[in-house]
Amino acid sequence: MAFRRFVRHRGALVSSIILGTMILFVILAPFTARYGVNEAVFKTSIENPNQFLSPRGIAWLGTDDIGRDLYSRLIYGLRVSIFIGLAAAFFGTVLGVTIGAIAGLRGGWIDDVLMRVTDLFLAFPFLVTLLVLRSVMSSVSWLEPFVGKPTSIRFVIVLFVLFGWMGVARLMRGQVLALKEREFVEAARALGAGPVRIVVRHLLPNAIGPILVALTFAVSSAIIGEATLGFFGYGPQPGAGSTSLGKLVGGAKGALLPGYWWLVVFPCVLLVLSTLCVNFIGDGLRDATDPKLDGTR
Amino acid sequence: MLRFVLRRLLWAVPMVLIVTFLVYVALRVGTNPLASYLRVNQRASAKKIQQYIETNGLYEGFGGYLRGYFQWLQGFVTFDWPRSIKGSREVWPEFRDAMMNTLRLGLTATGIGILIGLSLGVFVALKPGGLRDTTVNTGAFVAISTPPYVSALILQLVFAVYWNRWFGSSLLPTSGVYPPGNRGFDLFLMIKHMVLPVTVVVIQIVAVYTRYMRASLLEVLNSEYMRTARSKGISERRVLVRHALRNALIPIVTVAAIDIGAILGGLIITERIFSYPGLGDFFLGAYDNGDFPQMMPWMFFFTLVVIFFNLVADVSYAVLDPRIRLGR
Repeated sequence: MAFRRFVRHRGALVSSIILGTMILFVILAPFTARYGVNEAVFKTSIENPNQFLSPRGIAWLGTDDIGRDLYSRLIYGLRVSIFIGLAAAFFGTVLGVTIGAIAGLRGGWIDDVLMRVTDLFLAFPFLVTLLVLRSVMSSVSWLEPFVGKPTSIRFVIVLFVLFGWMGVARLMRGQVLALKEREFVEAARALGAGPVRIVVRHLLPNAIGPILVALTFAVSSAIIGEATLGFFGYGPQPGAGSTSLGKLVGGAKGALLPGYWWLVVFPCVLLVLSTLCVNFIGDGLRDATDPKLDGTR
Repeated sequence: MLRFVLRRLLWAVPMVLIVTFLVYVALRVGTNPLASYLRVNQRASAKKIQQYIETNGLYEGFGGYLRGYFQWLQGFVTFDWPRSIKGSREVWPEFRDAMMNTLRLGLTATGIGILIGLSLGVFVALKPGGLRDTTVNTGAFVAISTPPYVSALILQLVFAVYWNRWFGSSLLPTSGVYPPGNRGFDLFLMIKHMVLPVTVVVIQIVAVYTRYMRASLLEVLNSEYMRTARSKGISERRVLVRHALRNALIPIVTVAAIDIGAILGGLIITERIFSYPGLGDFFLGAYDNGDFPQMMPWMFFFTLVVIFFNLVADVSYAVLDPRIRLGR
């Protein structure tokens, strides 16, 4: 039933296909990419330079400032970005569900404090919060074994997890508050189930729809977040063997004024396309799991 | 009602103090003001360094942080702000100019954006399900998925760089408030420089408000009191304006007040790309230098704004929706 409703959402269906193709390309990167991530299309020479070539046969989407194939780099970059998006969204959701469940079940001052913190975090300009969090995380030295170097991918994921749990927590709290007085929870409690069991076995399955939707949107905002940090030069530097969408979009700044349009357009299009697909899938999931919207759309 | 507002106002005071103290600690730990001072002023004498520590209250330990915070707060309130670490400039005049620039950009963009967004939302909600609905909805989705810097890059590419190639001169400038070397006030030039940044912010706002308005109005239109209103025999126009629109705007006022953070966030990014000398550019510049005396007033100001608008959201909801008022 839910699946059929998801399929009927045309945008979501098309997006799933596009995103599926992208993921396939990204997983099979060694075969789909034409060059290595740091490989020049050919050896440069003065009469035949390899940098800033417009799109052509040997480099479908052109080359960048040191003659690397943009098409291959986009595939490798998207791989890192999708990984960051999925990991950050997953751990952020787990953290959010836990905190939301505690707030909802316990109530009282924990609940108040938690929701106030959530309000503020959500209301503050996102880039500023990220930057302040980032600088705190990178200067407290005993945190480094857990969060890694400020330029590592792990660091960015931890950053987005710390930043991304609030929405889910509020959602989960609402669900718990709505469900916890219902008879089946009462029955479980009467049978001697502890709070952890009640949350995991009884509350979570009933709240899974909206949480799944929030998870999807968290993926797209993490991808955009990484790109934003990367664009302004605060993003991960994924080592010599890798790149990310943020770095590629950030590279567009330098290519703008000389008019190397391919270095601007293609990374931007890929970024928008991938987040758009994820958002559409989230929208479709919402329609599919929301009982209020039963068939009327 | 008055008591409710007063109680929220009273609560806001300790909240501002607690939050700004946390921000203070975060900045002290995260940006390490002393180290950045030494990095920027590499040949500062021991006396200068000592002076910097004392004027900024950079004491160590938890008690030191508390003491430093209150010292900073006292200086802030009495307008005795410490000078910036780079070039030892006064912070307030620059902050004020940046604030004016941001207000000009932000208010223009928000005004235009909300106007277009709400009208589009109404326009679409009146005929849901059709081609019109799908087009606008998809457009809004694309715009939401487009970060401001992407639209900014594309706009700059078309209207400045490639326009120049095709027609010999670029249509719109891509940075600043005035061209370099311009002195004095010039309204036309100012507007010309604001077109692209305003467009970028407007795109974001329109996308969000179209969706809000559409959802909110659709919900109202499907409610039972609409049927009652129609069955009383009022004209369709009056039903729409008096009953539907007024009720549909209630949740939007609340959302608008909370959304202020998102709008400011978009502004910060936009300002940076267009090198527009506003608050966003001010903060990012200060952050890159690790300029504690510049960052702290900024953070304090934004905390005030955010808490204030949260308050406005709560109060406006209670004022506009009588159902809430009964509950308190």
